[in-house]
Amino acid sequence: MQVQHATEHAHPQLGFWRKYVFSTDHKIIGIQYMITAMAMAVVGGLLSMLMRLQLAWPSQAWPALGKIFPVAFAGNVMEPSFYVSLVTMHGTIMVFFLFTAVLTGGFGNFLIPLQIGARDMAFPFLNALSYWVFLLSCIVIIAALFVAGGAPLGGWTAYAPLSAVGDASGPGEGAGMTLWITALGLFTVSGLMGGLNYVTTILTMRTKGLSMMRLPLTQWSLLITAVLGLLAFPVLLAAAILLTFDRVGGTSFFIPSGIIMNNRLLGNSGGHPLLWQHLFWFFGHPEVYIVILPAMGMASDILSTFCRKPIFSYKMMVYSMVSIAGLSFIVWGHHMFVSGMSPFLGSVFTMTTLVIAVPSAVKTFNWLGTIWGARIRFTTASLFAIGFISVFVSGGLSGIFLGSSAADIYLQDTYFVVAHFHLVMAIAPLFAAFAGIYYWFPKMFGRFMNEMLGKLHFWGSLIGVYAVFFPMHILGITGHMRRIYDPLFYDFLKPDKNINIFVSVSAFCLATVQVVFLLNFIISIFAGKRVKENNPWQATTLEWETPCPTGHGNFGDELPVVHRWAFDYSVPGAKHDFVPQTVPPGAEKV
Amino acid sequence: MADGNGPGRITIAGLAFAFLMLVLIIVSVWLFIARPWWFPQLASVRGGDIDGVFSAVLIVTGIAFVGVQGVLGYFVARYGSRGTERAGYWHDNPKAEAGLLIGTAVIMTILVFMGQRVWASIYFTDAPPGTLEVQATGQQFQWYFHYAGPDGVFGRTDAKLISDSNTLGLDRKDPASKDDLITPEMHVVVDKPVKVRLRSKDVIHSFFLPNMRYKQDAVPGMSIQVGFTPTKTGKFEIACAELCGNGHYRMRAFLTVEKSEQDLNNWIKEQLAQQAGN
Repeated sequence: MQVQHATEHAHPQLGFWRKYVFSTDHKIIGIQYMITAMAMAVVGGLLSMLMRLQLAWPSQAWPALGKIFPVAFAGNVMEPSFYVSLVTMHGTIMVFFLFTAVLTGGFGNFLIPLQIGARDMAFPFLNALSYWVFLLSCIVIIAALFVAGGAPLGGWTAYAPLSAVGDASGPGEGAGMTLWITALGLFTVSGLMGGLNYVTTILTMRTKGLSMMRLPLTQWSLLITAVLGLLAFPVLLAAAILLTFDRVGGTSFFIPSGIIMNNRLLGNSGGHPLLWQHLFWFFGHPEVYIVILPAMGMASDILSTFCRKPIFSYKMMVYSMVSIAGLSFIVWGHHMFVSGMSPFLGSVFTMTTLVIAVPSAVKTFNWLGTIWGARIRFTTASLFAIGFISVFVSGGLSGIFLGSSAADIYLQDTYFVVAHFHLVMAIAPLFAAFAGIYYWFPKMFGRFMNEMLGKLHFWGSLIGVYAVFFPMHILGITGHMRRIYDPLFYDFLKPDKNINIFVSVSAFCLATVQVVFLLNFIISIFAGKRVKENNPWQATTLEWETPCPTGHGNFGDELPVVHRWAFDYSVPGAKHDFVPQTVPPGAEKV
Repeated sequence: MADGNGPGRITIAGLAFAFLMLVLIIVSVWLFIARPWWFPQLASVRGGDIDGVFSAVLIVTGIAFVGVQGVLGYFVARYGSRGTERAGYWHDNPKAEAGLLIGTAVIMTILVFMGQRVWASIYFTDAPPGTLEVQATGQQFQWYFHYAGPDGVFGRTDAKLISDSNTLGLDRKDPASKDDLITPEMHVVVDKPVKVRLRSKDVIHSFFLPNMRYKQDAVPGMSIQVGFTPTKTGKFEIACAELCGNGHYRMRAFLTVEKSEQDLNNWIKEQLAQQAGN
């Protein structure tokens, strides 16, 4: 408590607004990111529930929904344009405004200074600005749901020319699409400000003794992610600006000559629709790793803590993350095997893509190696970290089918793809984020989340995600296209009806289980069991040297000095089964 | 040593997790072996090759899936604790890592080459002589098929001529266009190679023939040619696989695989006569 007092003393004058709202403290900003992203997740999740309702029971009348959404459910039946706008908004919100935001914005901000022994980020004001721009982008994307014509209907990938010619191509492609582009532009700018901060902070502000190879894997993953973001986000921003020029400036970056919309010849010439896809996926594939890498890092650290065992092959974990990140820039074409891109490029991208399986296999092997001979403490956090491995493996393996260009001809744009990316880049990161929230909640709020509700949440989620997403592989094998409003329109998809009903019912159950989490999270902030010690999980990293919750300035008058790596669990001869990074060599025996 | 101080405890949470992994393995193996739902009926030469690549990848990934989920479940059940026990302190095995690295690389290389053989047969092989050529054009939310007719020459098309009655802008003044057929149905002949020239009038569509294992985007401003050889007669569905707007889901057409060239020519004649009658 003395420590907390000393640090708070430095800023006695901060009132409620400066301390909790317009704060430049990285911890508050991290929590702001996290809670905003959770609110966005609720919206994105509800949209997917409406999608599942339609897919299981196409053309069914829902009088109650007709009353709530008189336009979208005209005649009590969902409109096709509403369905595709749900697809677009669900994907966009989840990829950007939930996963990217919660993992890098939320955990990145909260954890970087704490785990490297710094008092704050390198640029606290820029950090705050990054959050407020992010919040603005959230408001703009939500507004897209409410403008005339509704939200855009081009999917989260917004392929041109559907996205480039305005509302000639459909409702939602006018004002809704403009807001979509604006929101993504703002998001990108916010991400760049954050990324700049993360890289600078991790590289320059590590405390004494904390060499790079002593960093927790969470920090490595956040550093690599930030570099990926700095290289990938500008490409999306550039693409969004070019798309805006096409839409309002009369340019033809993505619009070729001879396009006829509604029997009217457009005057554009010289553009190429595949240019958008190249730019989008040059950003889009690294974006996948922007989401999954921090999840890998956090899951690794949490796994090691609760296994009471060092992470297996730390160096290989770092190298594999670096190589995954590097490779992520040369695989984007695997999204475009049947796009009309040169088939020679298809061959090249198949090779680069399957190479990524190698470092991914190394990571999986190392997680299993960590658990072998462990003494697992089954907390909600550790269960979610273990669950992360299972879903990552399931989702990762189906990627090998899609990476093989020949098999992808059939599987591209089917539910096989939907199953794959949901497991590997939505559910796996989600599980890691849940692990992180249960694990660091005491550090954020000074209280524990309820473990019993937490375990209910875990078991329900593990069963739920497999029930929802595993059958989608089978749907894909039957040829079920993604993004279609009514699968029963096709004779060859009629046998899929029962799978779709099963998936939808499972999805509703899965969503219900998430309500347990939300309630647990909110109630625990105010009424959770108080944390009485700095280090309730008996972990080794620097954030656990600070009180729960950590005060302003993080550490006391003196910054901690690091003497060892982050994984000294069950060291033979040591007094305790964990040796914090601050313990000098030899002192662990006392 | 791997086991630290004595064996780990079997815990309820660990057993529950292992049980779920077991259920996952059993259900997924059943789904892929009993195949209560599977690919649509196969009706093309290339389809067999594509299904072959799928099966090869399925075997490799299936073994990895069962292995990893099984080992994960077993370890989690086997290495539990109640809070005080110590784990083993070991965290490296460069030989095992190197083995895994090389093993994975070798398997992936084999899969790449298997897949590329099929990929090359589809994309890098010229159409054999006597190939039937069909131009397929997508527009929101309809497919149109253009046949050259008996003369074998496609008439000129021009975007400026496009109207409600002339959907592809066929120049009827061009002599080659006299016997051209433009129709919303696709007909081909069994065992006769088809070359589809794909175009789009407005946004990107994707020409998807599930039974032929055929999928290729139709991109405005591009003309993309990819072929297939049907092996079964009958009527099959054609779908659009690329989101193209609010009516994307209903962008369906039908493919009829005729028994003989004669049947195809008769059909073309009938259609031309019908259109002339209108």
